[in-house]
Amino acid sequence: MIELKHISKVFPTADGEFQALTDVDLTIPTGDIFGIVGMSGAGKSTLVRCINLLERPTSGQVLIDGLLDESGQAVDLCALPPAQLRQARRGISMIFQQFNLLMQRTCLDNICFPMEIAGVSKAKARERARELLETVGLPDKADAYPAQLSGGQKQRIAIARALASDPKILLCDEATSALDPTTTRAILRLIQDINRRLGITVVVITHEMAVVEEICTHVAILEHGRLVETGAVETVFSNPQTEAGRRLVYPEGVQIDRLPPAGVVRVAFNGGSSYEPLIASLAIDCGVKVNILGADTRNVNGQAFGTMLLGLPEDQTEAAKAMSYLKAQKDVTVEEVHDYHG
Amino acid sequence: MAEFFVSLDPKIAEQLQYLIDNVPFAIWETFYSTVLATLFAYLIGLPLGVLLVVGEKDGVLPLPKALMSVLNVVVNLLRSVPFLILMVVVFPLSRVLVGTSIGTKATIVPLFIAAFPFVARLVESSIREMDRGVIEAAQAMGCSPFQIITKVILPECVPSLLTGFATAFVTILSYGAMSGAIGGGGLGAMALNRGYTRHQNVVLWGAVILLVILVQIFQTIGTRLAVGMDRRLSDKGGKKRGRKAAMKKASNERRIGGSM
Repeated sequence: MIELKHISKVFPTADGEFQALTDVDLTIPTGDIFGIVGMSGAGKSTLVRCINLLERPTSGQVLIDGLLDESGQAVDLCALPPAQLRQARRGISMIFQQFNLLMQRTCLDNICFPMEIAGVSKAKARERARELLETVGLPDKADAYPAQLSGGQKQRIAIARALASDPKILLCDEATSALDPTTTRAILRLIQDINRRLGITVVVITHEMAVVEEICTHVAILEHGRLVETGAVETVFSNPQTEAGRRLVYPEGVQIDRLPPAGVVRVAFNGGSSYEPLIASLAIDCGVKVNILGADTRNVNGQAFGTMLLGLPEDQTEAAKAMSYLKAQKDVTVEEVHDYHG
Repeated sequence: MAEFFVSLDPKIAEQLQYLIDNVPFAIWETFYSTVLATLFAYLIGLPLGVLLVVGEKDGVLPLPKALMSVLNVVVNLLRSVPFLILMVVVFPLSRVLVGTSIGTKATIVPLFIAAFPFVARLVESSIREMDRGVIEAAQAMGCSPFQIITKVILPECVPSLLTGFATAFVTILSYGAMSGAIGGGGLGAMALNRGYTRHQNVVLWGAVILLVILVQIFQTIGTRLAVGMDRRLSDKGGKKRGRKAAMKKASNERRIGGSM
């Protein structure tokens, strides 16, 4: 378990202070694949760097599962002296958007690096590195240099390197953002596979919702350095509770610029029902014509989810009729939208 | 050969004979004073250059701000003293270190003092070019600052450091040519003392041409080595283009780093 308690981070800049994170509280369960999403500049990268203290939080605590003091109390990572912090970091691996491999070392030597740092014997490290090359599916690249590899291959080597120290946690900072969709999918499969087989807790930082849908079980949404929404991916994605969440999950859904009608409702399909002809039934059964302002359905972990923005007729009785019809449907939630700006 | 000399103007023949008799030793003097001065300059300049980068506030090994200012001032100060003046100023130090203040051995001291701040700046700029992401990755793995310097920064910068080394060597060689002024030996002294002061143009230009050839040889070796060692250019498809680009980059750096 990773617990972030009241994490704030302030950067001093030329024109005053910049508050990158404000009072972030987050608990990441052991063995989870946890997504942290947000727009560029929301503070995602800063937040993930606070987990291994590449960025030291201005205030707050970072508690890592299994890191206890003599009396069995959880230890705040921020309170550790440098040598112990380095020791703790060996249990928290990280992979990056730009891979950050050592360009002057072969792939095998790159994977050996964390073991070299930890004082593992060379023979043992090489043996383990070859196993890891096997794990990431590049057994023939041992003697290649990173410059000879494609982006996806580089990230596989980086993952092998990250696993070399037998970590409990794997932090992925936009790990697939520099890769094409097919390669992204393959790398995500690999990460998921590692999570399932080794039980490593994975934290995924991304601005791509597709990545979260693909592998995450839980998700947290950051906006302007604040945590605005968190929960199971199904819950958050099927029915985001905040404006920030909706913008991220359905970036296209609220961009229709016609018709600011009298009443706008959001209809959320909570699995299974998104392909039923709801709007057609509404028109036939109640004789009410509604306007579809925007719609987005997604396939999350094998279940269908989606939302639809409906513009109700101006006539009050017709609108009420439509509302009650919609509310009567199972697997559908309806809520009125007051902040719809077209 | 002898007949050829006889057919020449006796003055020119004499100068040519002088060149033939003295050039091997002059080359040796130039070579060994340059090698020793470069070696000592790197002994101090390499760690100093590393400190100038890692000791910064957001560096790998932040050092007290006052210390960093002192280091920077010392480097700038030594770099701003003209070499001719420096040679004279360090006489007492030369006497302490090598037992004499004149001759080829004595020129190594001012050469070293002029060169180590220059080397420090060359090393500094090599390291600054490095991708910070790799250092961040090493920190995330739990590397100590010392491990980051020795296992990440220096090995990753080897090609760039080698290019800088060639620049330093060539620059120190050409500065060494001034050592004739304090009784040092070598090709520069030959050109100055014999060629220039005694109006022996054959000796003057002979020595200068040899210096030019020496510089060409060492610069080419250095650049070849730097490019050959660089594992970022080792893929088959991009080899040719990569090499050309690196050569061009190396020669640009040479131009920038042209003077101490």
